[in-house]
Amino acid sequence: MSAVTVLAASGGGVFTPPGAELFDFPPLFAGGPEWLTKPVALAILGALLTCAIAWSAFAKPKLVPRGMQNVGEIGYTFVRDQVARPFLGKDAERWMPLLLSMFVLIWVWNLFAVIPVIQFPVASHIAFPAVLALSVYFLKIYLGMRHQGPVKYFTNLIPKGLPKPIYVLLVPIEYLSTFVLAPFTHAVRLFANMFAGHLILAFFSLVGYWFLIENPTLLGAPVGVLGVVMTIAMTAFELFIQFLQAFLFTMLAAMYIGSGLHADH
Amino acid sequence: MITAASVLAAEGNNPLIPHTYELVVGVFSFLVVVLVVGKLLVPRIQQTLAERTDLIEGGLKRAEDAQAEAKQTLDAYKSQLSEARQEAARLREEAREQGAQIIAQMKEQAQVEARRIVENAQAQIEQERTQALAALRAEVGAMSVELAGRVVGESLEDEARQRRIVDRFLEELESANASKAL
Repeated sequence: MSAVTVLAASGGGVFTPPGAELFDFPPLFAGGPEWLTKPVALAILGALLTCAIAWSAFAKPKLVPRGMQNVGEIGYTFVRDQVARPFLGKDAERWMPLLLSMFVLIWVWNLFAVIPVIQFPVASHIAFPAVLALSVYFLKIYLGMRHQGPVKYFTNLIPKGLPKPIYVLLVPIEYLSTFVLAPFTHAVRLFANMFAGHLILAFFSLVGYWFLIENPTLLGAPVGVLGVVMTIAMTAFELFIQFLQAFLFTMLAAMYIGSGLHADH
Repeated sequence: MITAASVLAAEGNNPLIPHTYELVVGVFSFLVVVLVVGKLLVPRIQQTLAERTDLIEGGLKRAEDAQAEAKQTLDAYKSQLSEARQEAARLREEAREQGAQIIAQMKEQAQVEARRIVENAQAQIEQERTQALAALRAEVGAMSVELAGRVVGESLEDEARQRRIVDRFLEELESANASKAL
């Protein structure tokens, strides 16, 4: 980072890398309501887009699929075979509505990060992953108390037949991880990935923009070119991460739902 | 993490603290998607996929059934054919036996008939010969007597005597013939 600043300083102006202010947005239009910011608008747009894609694929499904239905079925079978079935087994079909909704919504929200003009991952605002993670969290506890019993759910979490002193350590760790850390990491994993990804893309594209257009110097030009190349490379990488995080989030959701339905130990 | 968050918080909003209105919008967005995609659309594709599975499994089952039926029919035809072959062979064998039997019967009959005809003929010949011999004997006797009477001029009217003389003459004749034949 210091090298960049040095190079930037030699060109005259001062290069300032993007920071957390990237994620602060004023109202979408002057005089509009304070809550109607870009992330909020994108969240709603993403939800509507998810509905529209699902509608175009599944509104009138045919036995012999055509066009969008093929695409939708690939998505459906992917979530069913890779996410739902490994963790939920025979309950997979029952939870597919929730899991597919979650997967597509998160992926669409993530994809906004690389779509020109939009270029903002909705999940980089902690509120959105938090809502999803908390929904899964409460669902997990509800299912656990309902399927395993209101007390047995909590006792089932602790494995039996271990030496007594171990429980002194195990019980707090188990409850802490299941009821505090699990929902937190569930939300933060998605949030942090999208946050960092956006920051990286913004940084490299700003390097390119600064050294090639805003403040072009002979010495700075290679750095600018490197910035552009890295932006392209990181965009490709981000596309992968976006899919991976949507997949991971949904997979963890399926795992938590499964842990509510059946005791692990 | 906490220090980084607090540093960021000092610059602007803490990215780890959610905005209230974003929480509301997040819940709303998620709810809309779950209702439209999850409640409305996913069951449709689930039903279609189930129907497709049924259809394919049904098709495979039908093909299997048809194949089994075809095999059954083929087996039935094969067993019928082999039965028919056995029946034909049996009939041929029977016919051959019958034919042989008939031929044997006919041969026997023909032989019997032939023997009968031959016997009849022999009997008839014998009879005729005896008759002829008797007639000849009587006639020759009479002629000889007449001849002798004429030659001797002696009437030999006593019939018993006549016969004895003729018989004796003939026996002499026959024995002479037999010795000559020997």
